[in-house]
Formats: sequence, C-alpha cells, structure tokens
Amino acid sequence: MIEQFRDTIRAATSAGRPLRIRGGGTKDFYGVSLHGDILDTRGHRGIVDYEPSELVMTVRSGTPLAEVESALAEGGQMLAFEPPRLGAGSTIGGVVASGFSGPRRAATGSARDYVLGVRVLDSAGRDLSFGGQVMKNVAGYDLSRFVAGSFGTLALVTEVSLKVLPKPEVETTLAFAMDESAAIEALNRWAGQPLPLSAAFHVDGKLAVRLSGAGAAVSAAKTRMGGEVMADDAAFWTAVRDQTHPFFAEPATLWRLSIRSTAPVLGLGLQAIEWNGSLRWVAATLPAERVHAAAQAAGGHATLYRGGDRSAGIQKLAPGVLALHQRLKQALDPAGVFGPGRMHPAF
Amino acid sequence: MGKPEAISAIPAVDSHALISRLRAVLPSPSLLALPEETKPYECDGLSAFREVPLAVALPEDEAQVAAVLKVCHEMRVPVVARGAGTGLSGGALPNPLGVTLGLSKMKRILHIDPLARTARVQPGVRNLAISEAAAPLGLYYAPDPSSQIACSIGGNIAENSGGVHCLKYGLTVHNILKLRVVTIDGEILELGGEGLDAAGYDLMALMTGSEGLLGVVTEITVKLLPKPQLARVVLAAFDSLEKAGNAVANIIGAGIIPAGLEMMDKLATRAVEQFVHAGYPLDAEAILLCESDGTPEEVAAEIERMEAVMRASGATQIRLSKDEAERLRFWSGRKAAFPAVGRLMPDYYCMDGTIPKRKLAEVLKGIAQLSEEFGLGCPNVFHAGDGNLHPLIMFDANVPGQAEHAAKFGSRILKLCIEAGGTITGEHGVGVEKIGEMCDQFTPDALETFHSVKAAFDTHGLLNPGKAVPTLHRCAEYGQMHVARGKEAFPDLPRF
Ligand SMILES: Cc1cc2nc3c(=O)[nH]c(=O)nc-3n(C[C@H](O)[C@H](O)[C@H](O)COP(=O)(O)OP(=O)(O)OC[C@H]3O[C@@H](n4cnc5c(N)ncnc54)[C@H](O)[C@@H]3O)c2cc1C
Repeated sequence: MIEQFRDTIRAATSAGRPLRIRGGGTKDFYGVSLHGDILDTRGHRGIVDYEPSELVMTVRSGTPLAEVESALAEGGQMLAFEPPRLGAGSTIGGVVASGFSGPRRAATGSARDYVLGVRVLDSAGRDLSFGGQVMKNVAGYDLSRFVAGSFGTLALVTEVSLKVLPKPEVETTLAFAMDESAAIEALNRWAGQPLPLSAAFHVDGKLAVRLSGAGAAVSAAKTRMGGEVMADDAAFWTAVRDQTHPFFAEPATLWRLSIRSTAPVLGLGLQAIEWNGSLRWVAATLPAERVHAAAQAAGGHATLYRGGDRSAGIQKLAPGVLALHQRLKQALDPAGVFGPGRMHPAF
Repeated sequence: MGKPEAISAIPAVDSHALISRLRAVLPSPSLLALPEETKPYECDGLSAFREVPLAVALPEDEAQVAAVLKVCHEMRVPVVARGAGTGLSGGALPNPLGVTLGLSKMKRILHIDPLARTARVQPGVRNLAISEAAAPLGLYYAPDPSSQIACSIGGNIAENSGGVHCLKYGLTVHNILKLRVVTIDGEILELGGEGLDAAGYDLMALMTGSEGLLGVVTEITVKLLPKPQLARVVLAAFDSLEKAGNAVANIIGAGIIPAGLEMMDKLATRAVEQFVHAGYPLDAEAILLCESDGTPEEVAAEIERMEAVMRASGATQIRLSKDEAERLRFWSGRKAAFPAVGRLMPDYYCMDGTIPKRKLAEVLKGIAQLSEEFGLGCPNVFHAGDGNLHPLIMFDANVPGQAEHAAKFGSRILKLCIEAGGTITGEHGVGVEKIGEMCDQFTPDALETFHSVKAAFDTHGLLNPGKAVPTLHRCAEYGQMHVARGKEAFPDLPRF
C-alpha cells in the first residue's frame, strides 16, 4: 500500500495535480475548499501494535475508528479525547488529520495531545517517521503533533501512535436548570475545584455535567454539586459527541467558537456550550466579520463549521502568522500537492 | 556526548561593532561584554561543555528582545536564548561567535485569572513561582521538573519539560495555551489562544521542545489546575528489577493512572539513603514510589487497588505514607537522587532515554552489563510510569580519559534505548549532547525535513546554531568516527 501511495504522490507531484487525502469522507463538509484527485487511505488498515499496559496503540491511517475503539474497549481503554464519530466510515487518519475532539476534551486533552508519533509520506514520496511509541520524546521538532489537525495539507499520514487511557470506573451525569450566563459561571467555578468533571453541555436553559472516575469520587462530587441525576446519560453523551443531538441536527449554518472559558454570553444567537465554557456553538446565519470579531474579543477564534460561505469561514490570521504558515507549507510540501486551500485560501 | 558542531558557515563578526549596536538598544546594566561578566554564562547544567559568548544581553522587556534580535539578524550573529541555565543537554551553551540572550530579567507574573484558571507570565519566571503565586487560589501549574525551584518557564517550553506528575497531568506541551514569540528578524508572533485550540496549524506543538532554534519565547499563558485535596504515596520494595518492572505494567494494566510512578534501583536507594534518610529499604533490588491524589474518597479507593497490585506482583514490603510529612519524606529521596549520587563520585552524567515499559527489565540488564564493561557505576532512577530512564553514570573527570569514557558509555545506553523502540531523550533535549545520536534516531530524510522547518522560521540559521538537529555532514562524520573506532554496535543501522 505504501508503494502505491508513493506512486500516486509522485505522479501527482510531477504532474502538478493536487491530491485530496480522504478516509471515510465524513468531514467533507468542513474546510474552506475541497479539490484535487482523491487519495483514498482506506486500503491501508489494521492495528500494528497494541499493548494495553503501554497505553499506546499504533495503527494504520485507513483503519476505521470503530475498529480502533472496539479493540480498545476489549482492553478496557479508550481514546480519551472522544473524537466525534461523524459517520460510520470515519477512519483514524481522519480523526488525527482533523484534530477534532469531543466532550472529554476540556478534562483530558485534545486529539493532538494524544499523538505520540506518526509515519508519513511527504510530497516527494519519502517515508518519514517522527515521534515514536513512547510517552515522552523530545528528539527533534514535534512534527507528529504538528501534523495533527492539518487536514491533509502537509503530508500523508500512513501510521499513527496514540496514547490511550483506561475507561473510567464510573460515570454519572447531573442535570441543572440554568441560563447561559449562570452555566458559564458555574462551570468555571467547578473546574477550579478538585471535582471529577469530564464533560459539560448546555443548551436551552439546561446544563448537563458528566462526572467520571472512581466510584467514591463521583458520589462525593454528586453530593457536593447537587442537581438531578440524568437517566440514560450514556446515550445523551453519545449524541453530544457524535453531533446527533437535536441542537446539531437543525441548523443550516453552524459556527464554532473556541474562546476564553469565562467569556460572557456572546449574544450571537442560539448557542450551545461545551468544554467548561471554552467551546461555544452558534447556530445562526451571521456575517463572518461579526463572529470573528466576537471570538477575537473573547481571546479566541471562530470557524464556520458547517454550511454558509466556506471561503469566509476561517479566522483571519495575523500577517506574520499567516506568512509563517505559508513558509511551513512550502517547507513540508514544496510541490503543493496536499490539499491546497482546504484549511485556508492562502496555503 | 558529542562535540558542538563547528559553525564554519557563520563568519566571525566585528565584535566592537556588534557591542556598540547592542549598547544602543539596551540599558547599560543589560549588556555584559567583559570576560569576567560573560564567564558565568559559559555553560548550563551540562558543565562538560563551556564556551564564552561575545556578549550577554539581558533585556528587560519584549521590545528589547526584539531589538537585540534585529541587530543580530542584520549582522548575521548567532543568538543563544537562555533561561536559568539548568538544562542538561547543553542547549544554552553559548556560541563563541554569538550573543547569549538571557531572559532572567523578565520574571514577572503578569496576570492570574482565577476563574479561567490561567496565568500569563514572562519567560524568566521560575516554574515553582507560578504554583506559589497560584496556591492561595487553590490552583497550581502541573508540570514539575525536579529542577522547578530554579528552572524558568521559558526553558520549560523550549525543552517540553516533564516531571514526576506528568504521567497523569501531561508535559509542558499539554499545559500551555498561548505564547508570544519573537522571531530572529524581530517580529512578534502570538501563537495559540485563550481557548483550547487556535486557527491554522498547531504552532504551539512546534514551538514546544524546539530548544531555542525557532524563536525566543517572551510570554506564556499556562493552564492552572485545582490542587488535589489529598495525596498519598505507596512505597513498595521488590527483590528483582523484573518484578518491579512488571508491577509497573500491572498497575497501568489494571486501569490505574497514578499521579506519579517512580522507580529507583538498589544503587540509587543506597546512595540516597546515606544522604537524606528517606527510610528506604536497603536490601531491595528496586523500590517503587506510587502516588495517588484526588479527593479523600478517591485516594482511599485507589491506594487499596495499588497495594493489591503491588502485592500480587511480588512486593516484599509495602508502606503507605501516613501523613503529608511522611509523603514528602518518601519523595525527598527521589528528588535528591541526583545530588546524592553527586556526593559519591566527583562527577555524574545523567542520561535521559525513554523506552516502552515492557522493555524495562531488559534495558536495565543491558545497562548493568555496560556498567561492568566500562567499569563505571551507574545507579538508575526513573519515571517508570512513562518509561523515561535516568541512568546516572558516575565518573571522575580528574582521572584522564574518564569523562570521554563516561560519554561513550552514555552513547551506548542511548543506542540500547533506540534498539528497544524508544528514544534518546525523553525530557532533557538534544542540545549539543545528543547531536550525534540524532543520526541514529532519525533517517537523513527526516533530518532534512527538520532543517526545512528550521529554515521556515530562521533562514540564516542564526538561532542556537549547531544544536538539536545535526547536519547531514555532521552525521557522515559521526558515522565514520564510529566505524573507525571499530565499536559500532549496530552495523546494520543506516550510515551516511
Ligand atoms: C538537578 C536537575 C534536575 C532536573 N530535573 C528535570 C526534570 O525532572 N524534568 C525535566 O524535564 N528537566 C529536568 N532538568 C532539566 C532542566 O531543568 C529543564 O530542561 C529546564 O526546562 C531548563 O530550563 P532553564 O530555564 O534552566 O533553561 P536553560 O537551560 O537556560 O535553556 C534550555 C534551552 O531552552 C532555550 N531557552 C531558554 N529560554 C528560552 C526562551 N525564552 N525562548 C526560547 N528558548 C529558550 C535555550 O536556548 C536552551 O536551548 C533538571 C535539571 C537539573 C539541573
């Protein structure tokens, strides 16, 4: 398979034709633009190495996310960043390349936080390995975490080593009736206390907070925090994680704002809150400048997640930062074959 | 341990002209150029390497940092950033033809946001000072290198430093939100953000661990965590390294992520016990320190499980810290391990390989064999939970040839780590020390990619030249040197 990928890349490079790296295509809706000939990763699949006591799994990029998760479940473990499963075809390569993380992110870290190493083919078809299978590794620049979230615009990821974690012993969800502003305040206060919070979701005057960990810790926190215990909470969090919750189902246009967790209510329209306040979803058709300005004022950035005019969707980068992006793109993909324009019109 | 790479590509500069231009942009106490002033900066924590820079600049703010960098950029003078100089791989070793840019005067904690749980600090702030400032709010900064009373947060970013609690709470890269960075041409960049991710590529990942080669960090926003209510530590003794290694795997395999999981071998415990009287059993082949933190309920439940696993793994003795004083006493030995070894021998050389945990016993055996072969003692202390070894090679630099001998021993240990599927450095960085071993760790193609990344930030290669990433030319020399000595351990590794 690697040989085949290499031939495809070399042919694309010499013909000057861009490639669009694709797994299950579950994230085709996202990004500024899509073009190029499809390079399908799904033929390159399989778990290369998994030893639960090492907390590491090495897996080929075309492997279905479902296969990864079921192997981990057998070992009593999980991907702690809870990547959204946006469709049955989702591959682990797409998970890493998108860098999307789910409800547990604020508590345990993001997709890139769990990347320990990658094997990639660059635009010259060279087979390169960065990072490794160990928890701590500072040899060379951290290109494995850098490639995470780059949407196939820097190199073709062929293999990835991920840190994994044991599943929590117990999970319980508490529900509270609260408006947005009270929820933002409460979430930030709780996050500053030693409580086993593992997820939060607020919409429509209702706040759900998940607690995960040792049975004793979860029940002590429950007593301390109050609220109502939510029945059937596993299904609720699956819906939040996989964005099948009704909030995500409706809107034609969905903005994603990643900002300071304490930022007050944005007043942009129907909003859902995750990550202790630092992730806000806004379901409204709005001028891009207005959303970007609001996000910037709150110390963060906004992305048009779905719908609308995709080309207007990414937050403007400062000129120096943009120039650096262009130089890095040029450095890692001098031929410019990998997904040009997917993340940003300028690289 | 390699020699710093010759920096022949960069011609010597007229040092008088350089100093007068730097004087124009810095207050006079911030520029040191006399030999007696620059000498204290001649090395970092790896004192085997020493060089005196042309000048030491100690800017008081970001604008002065940018001004110094602009001057150096225009005059094509190398710049070596320096935090507290506690690095153990020669990362802050001065360049004899360059300027050392010390961040020690930029040591203000600019803002702590208790509700958002963040602290915005200057690069010269000591790691521990952040946690001290946050303590009244019930918060702390989690990464805790043993050097935390001295090392700077800027240096932590540059090395992606870890500590005893990183197994559970992550490394530096996992605990920072935002950076301000000055590039070699004096441009100021803001990377990351106050949210949990930023637009575009993950430049935070790239900057963290880049050893001062990509830019100078001038401001850092770190995450703060709530202080656990309680922590207790289990001290377990084992009659073989294998059993202790298996206990580590069994604890993790049981689904427990301890707040810290550290191992020391017999030589290390003995060295330490004479010095700090931590109460370690002296007959054990290895001891484990396994910490649980959280709410009292959580800790009680977790400790019970930890003890059960230790017993099932064949622990010969198990002790649980009864109070905070005893917990600190159990840790005191681990934390004093380096200085304790330093008391037994005039010099020690601290290695930093990381290996998959299942290879612990095998690699430790290999190190013991090498120790015999080289005739140098080598106690082992390590972050067992994440497989990060710190063998401490004991030697006496006053005995002719012994320092070189120790360096060769170290290099062999690093090769064992690579062979075991691990890495030559878990947290101390490559610096000048492991520049040769980088040629074993990476293929020429991968090294070339690193150079392209470097060039995207620093076209003329002025930031910390000769460190962290070897040139291919350097690797060719390194390969020949090894072949010439006839001691090449892995003749099948690619040679170039
Ligand atoms: C006794 C002892 C124990 C130690 N224990 C640990 C440990 O447990 N874990 C661990 O990870 N390390 C440990 N270390 C190593 C060392 O303390 C860390 O690497 C630390 O992060 C270095 O910080 P510093 O401020 O001293 O940096 P320096 O030594 O001054 O510099 C280190 C590197 O960072 C660069 N740099 C410094 N500041 C900046 C900046 N503002 N911008 C860009 N680049 C910069 C320098 O150029 C250099 O390459 C230990 C060291 C000692 C002496």
